[in-house]
Amino acid sequence: MAGITPTPQGNGSGYRGIVGPLLIPTWAVIGIFLVLPVLLMAVYSFLTKEFRGGVVWDFTLAAYDQFFLNRGLFGDEPPVIEWTYITIFSRSIWQAAVATLICLIVGFPTAWFIATRPPQTRAIWLFLVTIPYWVNLLIRTVSLKFLIRENGPLNESLMSIGLITDPLPLVNTNLAVQLGLFYSYLPFMVLPIYAAVERYNFALSEAAADLYASRWVTLREIVLPVVKPGIIAGCILVFVPSLGAFLAPDLLGGAKTFMIGSLIDEQFRGSQGNWPFGAAAAMILMTLVLIVLTIYARAQARGEAK
Amino acid sequence: MKKLLTTATAFALLAGAAQAEGKLSVYHWFEYIPQELVDKFAAETGIEVTIDTYDSNESMLAALKAGKMGQYDVAVPGDYMVAIMAGEGLLDSFTPEELPNFGNIAPQWVDVPFDPGRKSSIPYQWGSTAFSVNRDVYTGDIDTLAMIFDPPAELQGKINVLDSQGEVLALGSIYLGIPQCSTDREQLKALNDMLINAKQYWASFGSDTAKDVLVSGDAAAGMIYNGFSAKARAEGANVEYAYPKEGFVVWMDNVVLLKDAPNRDNALKFMNFLLQPENAAAVTNYAAYTSGVTGVEPFLDEAIKSSPENNPPADAPAGSFIQVCDQETQQFYDAIWTNLKK
Repeated sequence: MAGITPTPQGNGSGYRGIVGPLLIPTWAVIGIFLVLPVLLMAVYSFLTKEFRGGVVWDFTLAAYDQFFLNRGLFGDEPPVIEWTYITIFSRSIWQAAVATLICLIVGFPTAWFIATRPPQTRAIWLFLVTIPYWVNLLIRTVSLKFLIRENGPLNESLMSIGLITDPLPLVNTNLAVQLGLFYSYLPFMVLPIYAAVERYNFALSEAAADLYASRWVTLREIVLPVVKPGIIAGCILVFVPSLGAFLAPDLLGGAKTFMIGSLIDEQFRGSQGNWPFGAAAAMILMTLVLIVLTIYARAQARGEAK
Repeated sequence: MKKLLTTATAFALLAGAAQAEGKLSVYHWFEYIPQELVDKFAAETGIEVTIDTYDSNESMLAALKAGKMGQYDVAVPGDYMVAIMAGEGLLDSFTPEELPNFGNIAPQWVDVPFDPGRKSSIPYQWGSTAFSVNRDVYTGDIDTLAMIFDPPAELQGKINVLDSQGEVLALGSIYLGIPQCSTDREQLKALNDMLINAKQYWASFGSDTAKDVLVSGDAAAGMIYNGFSAKARAEGANVEYAYPKEGFVVWMDNVVLLKDAPNRDNALKFMNFLLQPENAAAVTNYAAYTSGVTGVEPFLDEAIKSSPENNPPADAPAGSFIQVCDQETQQFYDAIWTNLKK
């Protein structure tokens, strides 16, 4: 965004000598909790699996080979492209994208509504949005399942008012998973958009109206460019955790199909115990996410340079 | 991890038993032994018992392999895990003479495939894995695995299966009459195709939820462990546990003597203690499965003794343990499982 003005406080040069030491904890946290685990995962993905969990320190591409190439059930057919894991990844990405879209459709008006309340009531609205999230995610997901099951309150009340005659089969469907993801991550969409809308100067809308801009044009040309960073931040915050989610698919979707999250989980905790393959799947997932984020950052940079 | 430190010393003084007899370190399933029984052992022997718990065979194996060997004296793995642990060299062995109560082991549980002759393990509790059907939904005969793999119209789309590769593939193999750990191409392909076809009738995969979905009515039939089904019935579900004619899966948890046990003698005392009928019965009354010790009947609660889940009909076939495949063969089964869930 434009309008970066130098602050009267100066640039903090008085602290320059001690900034280095002060950053040590930050670098330590990044190093120990981010860089090290990722490196470990990268190394493990190139190791040989030990039967029933663990790794043997022989470097191999077997995990990536298993991911991308199909040599038949008995491993003796000529390799063709393995669609199993690509299907699982595509399904997860699609699911996360839909969840993000639903969150955006519901989250944007919500954030707008909250940001346009008088300042003294905004805090209450924000508080209301966050209240359900004081409860553990697992419990919320199970509760949602109770609500939508065939003899649950939702179906019973719909049937008692005569809207439907047979219970809606909601549990163990993709719709339920979408609902679960939406419910889990909605605040991650609302809060960044709220922060962006709150800073929006509504005088700009009035100015646009004075210049005969229609409401639609005002939204598209004035409002959206200003709140875009909030929308994009919200989309990333919803999309990324949805991609790796396995609680919602397991509990609400009936665990009938692997998602990226449950596929990786099975490699480490389940009976398959294939750590290198789990690490490789995680690396591929991370690479995909990084590519998307990089493209976004590039586009953003180009947009600002314009 | 939950630590139970019994007040063994105090008990020992009160009971006038032998002085400090040392310690015993047990690695056990979560909530699988009544505290009163541990206290009783401590009072009788003066041994201070420490219990750490785990929630799956796999996590127990991983913890032991990751450096906890030498820390525990005994653990309680399931049948196939006994074989795996023996293969990994994690078990110590004993002679029958070292356990005065060895003769109490029920005869059919002495020569078990996962530990022939009981050289490293004693039976703890056993049960079966098959399925239960809600009798309000389906009233026909249910003594066949077709209820799960080729179900009647009433049950289609209302079936929960265990989210566990071992049990699903073993029951599938039993249904088709092919041996477990088969390497025959035609048989593996038939198993793969049968499961893919059956999946269209299944509503969900879930193991911890296997009881709840039957009680809530989300599922009208479900693969389940016998004791778990008994609990579903106790919670009001009109479910009947089946002993299918094709066969079913039998499992058994066992107390094993770990290699490098710091208190080997005390471990043997504990195992001997668990082979006493009244003590084995105390575990059964607590866990609602079946003991592998003879002479427990007089000590059992009436409800446990008479439960249909624990008493297979006279014409029920024998169950089979899940077999441990070698690494080469296991790959096929991993592939079938992934294929089923993709």
